[in-house]
Amino acid sequence: MSGIKYTEDHEWIRLDGDTATCGISDYAQEQLGDIVYVELPEVGASLSARDQIAVVESVKAASEVYAPAGGTVSAVNEALADEPTLVNESPTGDGWFAKLTLDDPTELDALMDEAAYKDFVNGLD
Amino acid sequence: MAETQTLERTPLHALHLRLGGKMVAFAGYDMPVQYPAGVLKEHLHTRAAAGLFDVSHMGQVRVSGDDPAGALERLVVGDLKSLAPGAMRYTLFTNAAGGILDDLMVTHAGDHLFVVVNAACKAQDIARMTEGLKGRATVEPLPERALVAVQGPKAAAAVARLAPDSAGLYFLQGAAMAVDGAEGFVTRSGYTGEDGFEISVPAERAEAVARTLLDDPAVEPIGLGARDSLRLEAGLCLYGHDIDATTSPVEAALLWTLAKRRRAEGGFPGAAAILAQIENGVARKRVGLLPDGKAPAREGTEIADAAGRVIGIVTSGGFGPSVGRPVAMGYVETAFARPGAAVDLMVRGTARPATVARMPFIEPGYRRRD
Repeated sequence: MSGIKYTEDHEWIRLDGDTATCGISDYAQEQLGDIVYVELPEVGASLSARDQIAVVESVKAASEVYAPAGGTVSAVNEALADEPTLVNESPTGDGWFAKLTLDDPTELDALMDEAAYKDFVNGLD
Repeated sequence: MAETQTLERTPLHALHLRLGGKMVAFAGYDMPVQYPAGVLKEHLHTRAAAGLFDVSHMGQVRVSGDDPAGALERLVVGDLKSLAPGAMRYTLFTNAAGGILDDLMVTHAGDHLFVVVNAACKAQDIARMTEGLKGRATVEPLPERALVAVQGPKAAAAVARLAPDSAGLYFLQGAAMAVDGAEGFVTRSGYTGEDGFEISVPAERAEAVARTLLDDPAVEPIGLGARDSLRLEAGLCLYGHDIDATTSPVEAALLWTLAKRRRAEGGFPGAAAILAQIENGVARKRVGLLPDGKAPAREGTEIADAAGRVIGIVTSGGFGPSVGRPVAMGYVETAFARPGAAVDLMVRGTARPATVARMPFIEPGYRRRD
């Protein structure tokens, strides 16, 4: 299993064999506030890196979430339908959004690792 | 050179920062959209206990003279002349075409009318009143006063500690009274659907009054985010979104603000157009909307019929924390403007089934006289 990687838009992705799992970061869920709904992609959908993969809704607003890397959606987190707050409680664990079969795992090389993302977030606001 | 936006501050600005408020620009003011608790918790707390809201950005105006009610009636649709001392009414400024220029509250405060208007329309409303009442009444803006709201089932107890006389007020009543020793004007009213008060005090006393209220363990500070979700669940309009210069009181389902006498006599801007609408009907009406599923439908979402034809638009929408599901408000063609009508909300290109519903979406908690 590879380490977790992050995008500048606060998405994370983790590769385990052929399957990558993705979601939004702890920083993102904190910024968004209480999440009330997540619109997930269709299983089978084919996406390129930076394509919109999900929409996450807080009480006040909707935010777009982008695919950290290109691939085909192999599964989505059905638990979020009844418990959208899993994203707030466990953003990089039980609050995952989708699993992807990646087109090109080397796309992850350009993303930030945990330490680099932490520095990136500290540099914000 | 880029233009910098200088935001105004209310008398409670420093307190908002100390309380950890997340500040945003609203109607030209630097206001807290939420505090560390967050929108969801702040909303739920208000309905369970008591929320404290800074609404000092709104415009407070005193209208006085021999007949301030008669004078102000020239600009609004409501019956102000029959307001008993201490009584309060929701009314509308209209334009010549019968569109709504703002919604406002008017209270008979003894020797004057106490008027509260929206922050976003404050300058225009004051100019309109000053010009429109010239020679008939004195229009005095009150920028040196703060306004705080305390809303929720525990609001009465919290406010009674600072203003014992507040306990005698029923919903839509107001009176001058000492508030924590400050010279105050208190109305039993609000924008949440809960029992509560709006308290006007001199600006320099505002922080102390707010702190005293917050000392009550039942009272928490509430930001504009929760203020919006609370009023939406209560079915209350937000000017500039659910009502504006292009919507008439008839279309907006606010015909009840047009008193019988005013309907007969006219004498307000747009009277002819509005009376014609009452006679002939209107093409669209404001309604409540309940999405069947869990996806919120926000302002700007198109509303379609079963065949996919666009029949309306959502003007306010979001998640209702107290109802536990998405809620919305919007305009639909009159044929669909009945509770139970089935419509589709086009959320990001997908048709989400919804039902036209009565508002409020929650049970109001007003202290009414039986």
